[in-house]
Amino acid sequence: MTTTDIRPHTPVEDRPTAADRPIRVLSFRQRLSRWDVKVSPYLYISPFFILFAIVGLFPIGFTAVISFQEWDLIRNSGTFVGFDQYAWILNDPKFWVALRNTFSIFLLSTVPQLLLAVFIAAMLDRNIRAKTFWRMSVLLPFVMAPVAVALIFSNMFGDVHGLVNNALSTIGLDPIAWHKDPFWSHVAIATMVNFRWTGYNALILLAAMQAVPREYYEAATVDGAGAFRQFVSITLPSLRPTLIFVIITSTIGGLQIFDEPRMFDNTGEGGPAQQWLTITLYLYNIGWGEFNFGRAAALAWILFIIIVVIGLANLLITRRLVRDEGGRGVKMPRRARKDTAR
Amino acid sequence: MNARALRRVGLIAGVATTSALVLAGCAGGGNQGGTGAEGEKVTLTIATFNNFGYTDEFLQKYEDANPNVTIVHNKAAESGDARKNFFQKLGKGGLADIEAVEVDWLSEAMQYSDLLAPVPDDLKGRWLDWKEKAATDPEGNLIGYGTDIGPQAICYRSDLFEAAGLPSEPAEVEALFDGDWNNYFDVADQYREASGKAMIDSANSVLQGIVNQIEYTYDKPDGSVIATSNPEIADAYKSVVERAVPNSAYSAQWGDDWIASFQGDDFATVLCPGWMQGIISGYAPDQKNWKIANTFPNGGGNWGGSYLTIPANGKNVKEAQKLAEWLSAPEQQVEAFVNVGAFPSQVDAYENADLQGYVNDYYNGAKTGEIGADRAEAVTVLPFKSANYFKYHDALQNAVNRVFDKSESEDAAWKTWVAEVEAF
Repeated sequence: MTTTDIRPHTPVEDRPTAADRPIRVLSFRQRLSRWDVKVSPYLYISPFFILFAIVGLFPIGFTAVISFQEWDLIRNSGTFVGFDQYAWILNDPKFWVALRNTFSIFLLSTVPQLLLAVFIAAMLDRNIRAKTFWRMSVLLPFVMAPVAVALIFSNMFGDVHGLVNNALSTIGLDPIAWHKDPFWSHVAIATMVNFRWTGYNALILLAAMQAVPREYYEAATVDGAGAFRQFVSITLPSLRPTLIFVIITSTIGGLQIFDEPRMFDNTGEGGPAQQWLTITLYLYNIGWGEFNFGRAAALAWILFIIIVVIGLANLLITRRLVRDEGGRGVKMPRRARKDTAR
Repeated sequence: MNARALRRVGLIAGVATTSALVLAGCAGGGNQGGTGAEGEKVTLTIATFNNFGYTDEFLQKYEDANPNVTIVHNKAAESGDARKNFFQKLGKGGLADIEAVEVDWLSEAMQYSDLLAPVPDDLKGRWLDWKEKAATDPEGNLIGYGTDIGPQAICYRSDLFEAAGLPSEPAEVEALFDGDWNNYFDVADQYREASGKAMIDSANSVLQGIVNQIEYTYDKPDGSVIATSNPEIADAYKSVVERAVPNSAYSAQWGDDWIASFQGDDFATVLCPGWMQGIISGYAPDQKNWKIANTFPNGGGNWGGSYLTIPANGKNVKEAQKLAEWLSAPEQQVEAFVNVGAFPSQVDAYENADLQGYVNDYYNGAKTGEIGADRAEAVTVLPFKSANYFKYHDALQNAVNRVFDKSESEDAAWKTWVAEVEAF
């Protein structure tokens, strides 16, 4: 540690007497410690990048190569076809339906999920008995394997013998065509996603809520603000940076929804009229159903570009909403205001 | 689930191949069931799916006769998992010494017949003609040891037939269904008028049944695509949509609803290959009224069946061939039939007393062995299935599903299918 403190200064001190430099010979140990300063940080972070290059960058690059070919997986060879695969995907009506479904399921899952998560977090933030029990219970669905969740829910959402439709007909409502109507199939799949992720998001939001200084609430109570007003004026603004984190993670997850639609019926093809075909599911079916890896690679790249575009949009919106990503930006002016008021 | 199954298979196969000794060349042309050349220890891996009827005791017999051989049997949950694993590793390594291939994706595997070890010439003729022909490549190499076939009969619920005023004894029902598909649909209409319910379990099983009786369905051996212009396919679609859909309880099989309905009375008939008999008794163990009619609309029909293949780059090709030869011998296949109902594809098996005398108690004492042999004989058409067959057929099934779901009209669903086929 001491070397790291001293080392950077020496060249600066030496600079005026530049003529001395050729005479000054660094010992091997000195040289070593110089390298230590310069190289070791890179060395320490290199495992990630080396690993990323092998399992991340290389596959991405190789996918790009394959996407310009008519690829034969078994013989590991292909013929170059230019942008044909991309053109085929973009001309394919199924692709656009899959895109629609992906966004529809994404919206249907993210919006109610976040509303519910905020509500649950607010409830857990109050003084309730057996706090740990409730908090753990909320996280329980997250521990379940997605495929298990999907299997159970798919059974519940059966068109004829499903639990939900049986309940609906018992109370005199028409059964819902879960596997026929695109909208209702999206609702069913979004329910599975929500079941799994609401608790997780609620816990993250709860952590953020607990970081809000209690004095604010005390002061607000003294000022005569009710619970709802306190929630809207204190809790929500303090949650903003956390909410943005949660929104970004759900966006990434939402665009990659796969397990739930795949398990929604026995074929895993997204429905006879592609009612619940998502992009990742389509990608999988082209690759591992038809073994058409050229097309699958092209679709993978299109999905990659879509996610990059949405990621950039997210970044812009995030920048607008919170300038200070540490989360103090929202609170500081408040404290400052209070200080001046005092 | 899939990934885990694959990993498991891969792991076991990997361990097996690394621990096995390199044997190539030292096992001479041993006789059937004979011991390995110098008695060198070999571990042979077999990969199957669903249930081939290869129990541990069954495989033990081969190990007893060949003390140098240890058999490791990996089962994939279903044929789709096996298919992914097969094509992922074919030509590269990591496959089992013996890999089971289902007839549905046999044509895809046939594209790579050069990567599979051919069946020795002296075994040709062991299987039914059409069973062998489907696994023979243009160079004349037979690359699959046939295991089972799926000759179709009709399984029906005698109590529901009786309630609808139809005859209910197998002999009477055979006479009732004796005829073409229109006759079958006429009975279904009658049943619906009497009971108000659907007789057929699923519209797509009917499509499957009809299409499996057409020689050239979606494309021809020369590569020309006839899918959308083939009048036989257009007729099949028309009759399925117009006559089978109104009489079917579900559009497709294997869904949660379809499986659950075996507990109820949603339908009264299922087109019934040998392996389906086991599935019905599995889903409805307490239902005592299932019977089998030894007949099938418009002659015979085959649905499903499998082969054993041997990847040519395996470590123990010679030993694997001997094991595959033993497994697919008539006697062994009859035993598998008794175990799980997988109906033999070997000609000699049909003369076997165990098969002929086999009585299935679940189906009220039906002689399923004899029925299967009859039904296999009735199969006259071998449908040509190219590597793209599955894609076309799957899309056509979806068209039927859309009509069934009322999400598209008959014409619209057909047009969507035509557009899909053209996009392939």
